[in-house]
Amino acid sequence: MYDVLIGPFLQYGFMQRALFGSLVLSASCAPVGVFLMLRRMSLTGDAMSHAILPGAALGFLFFGLDILPMTIGGLVVGLLVALGSGAVSRFTVQKEDASMAAFYLISLAVGVLLVSWRGSSVDLMHVLFGSVLALNDEALALIAGIAVVTFLSLAVFRRALVAECLDPLFLRSVSRIGAPVHFLFLTLVVLNLVGGFQALGTLLSVGLMMLPAAASRFWSNRVGSLCLIAIVIAAASCLGGLLLSYHASMPSGPAIILTAGVAYALSALGGRRGMLSGLLASRRHKTA
Amino acid sequence: MFRTFRIATTASLLTLGGLASTAAAADLDVVASFSIIGDFAKNVGGDRVEVSTLVGADGDAHVYEPRPADAAALEKAGVVLVNGLEFEGFMKRLIETSGTRAAVVEVTKGIEPLKAEEEEHHYDEKAGEAGHDHDGEEKEEAGHDHAHEGHHHHGEFDPHAWQSVANAQIYVKNIADAFCEADQAGCATYTANAEAYLTKLADLETEVKATIDEIPADKRTIITSHDAFGYFEHAYGVKFIAPEGVSTEAEASAADVAKLIDQVKANKAAAIFLENITNPRLVEQIASETGLKVGGTLYSDALSGEGGPAATYIDMFRHNVETMKAAILGS
Repeated sequence: MYDVLIGPFLQYGFMQRALFGSLVLSASCAPVGVFLMLRRMSLTGDAMSHAILPGAALGFLFFGLDILPMTIGGLVVGLLVALGSGAVSRFTVQKEDASMAAFYLISLAVGVLLVSWRGSSVDLMHVLFGSVLALNDEALALIAGIAVVTFLSLAVFRRALVAECLDPLFLRSVSRIGAPVHFLFLTLVVLNLVGGFQALGTLLSVGLMMLPAAASRFWSNRVGSLCLIAIVIAAASCLGGLLLSYHASMPSGPAIILTAGVAYALSALGGRRGMLSGLLASRRHKTA
Repeated sequence: MFRTFRIATTASLLTLGGLASTAAAADLDVVASFSIIGDFAKNVGGDRVEVSTLVGADGDAHVYEPRPADAAALEKAGVVLVNGLEFEGFMKRLIETSGTRAAVVEVTKGIEPLKAEEEEHHYDEKAGEAGHDHDGEEKEEAGHDHAHEGHHHHGEFDPHAWQSVANAQIYVKNIADAFCEADQAGCATYTANAEAYLTKLADLETEVKATIDEIPADKRTIITSHDAFGYFEHAYGVKFIAPEGVSTEAEASAADVAKLIDQVKANKAAAIFLENITNPRLVEQIASETGLKVGGTLYSDALSGEGGPAATYIDMFRHNVETMKAAILGS
């Protein structure tokens, strides 16, 4: 038992790094995912993974295949896209999902244009996106930094964020903090996503953000407990997925995300607000 | 009426003659799918052919996305050279779309393709014993556990056939044949060029074997980032182990990485290398965990740019072998 569960992490440095990095990212991404889900922006992560292409391409054009400029470029463009689409949705009638779609498509097109201009066929995203098995010191530092920023912001602005996500009109009527909080939240989303892409790759960072958040929804109604449950599910998936990847020789990213997927499926079926309890409740209703 | 007709014919004959003479600089337009085949084509064609290469220096043909200019180049081409063995996933549709009438030649025709499964022995416990006889090894693999198979498949065969000089010689012969068929007037030139180049390749082969002989047999194990050296291994008895599969698209599992680290710690792998087309981070991680120094960059699927260390096929091969030797003997 000990050999199966703990052994791999004691024996190999890369496994310790993988576990540490993915756990820290879980703690930071999962709550952000909960807020994204509450805002009905669950697909933002996927859009963002395409939207940052022009930033990565510009970094590549000026500095070559160096990861730091590509990451910074990606962050800047990601922020532009998120804040731009946020502004459009805030000050016009358009909903945030539609403006996000528009902005990310424009950005993606610019990115493809830039990449083709130079005529290189190295897949930039392949180079930019990391792997959980290859976390070096810089990647770990990046993840830890993002987690700290995310935690502090969430702790300070928790109440405003909840109000802004659940009932923006109410918040607007009682305070003028709505717009800044909205943009702060979008910044957190971009930070977590782009940092996650760079360190762990798209599948893992988007997956760890959204799947645990979606699964937590079947267990609770309160934002605080949603965040906690999502973090627990994400962390358990990282541990389980890495062990699966080690023992069953599966690629690590898919192994972790599929573990989270199993947690989602079980929650959807057996959760307190899942399908089974829904069916039981409606039957009780009929007989009563 | 007859007269006008005659004038028209003479005029068109004249223009034809004119065209032929201006085109004398390049009698044949050739499109090569990636840089290594492009280099062969230039050596065989010399001044008579104009070679355009789709996936250029340092490019990754596994994930290439073609541009309209590529289709345009294909359309006016007389010969299209592709590697085959499902290496260029993008090529089939591109050729169909471009409507080219050119002969599409698979230059791997006639080589003995290695099964992609043959890469399996990378995970074999005996991976350290390089230079043993290969027939016995193949039989052994037939019964080998196939659990890993799924994650490094492109197709049935390993397409990186140019990583053995003997195969490169077959590539060159195929290219010369294709040129002769498309441009008979130049056939003598092509054959002569090919002969000269084949001699150079034969020299290269001798040189490569001599260099590898200088490496002790029990040290001939090398880690690279993706499985591109199956043919090299087969031809020269140097073992390659890689965390990624044959395609750069595949992802490594923790088990693969752990096994590589174990092999290094058991002194079975003596050197670790980056490749010019893949993400270096995984290899760097393995290197830092095992204390093995990264021995430099190997060129696997693409040549380097003009001024680089592997601007031609021969330079590439020489560079790879010298880099391997230096890293192994230095460790």
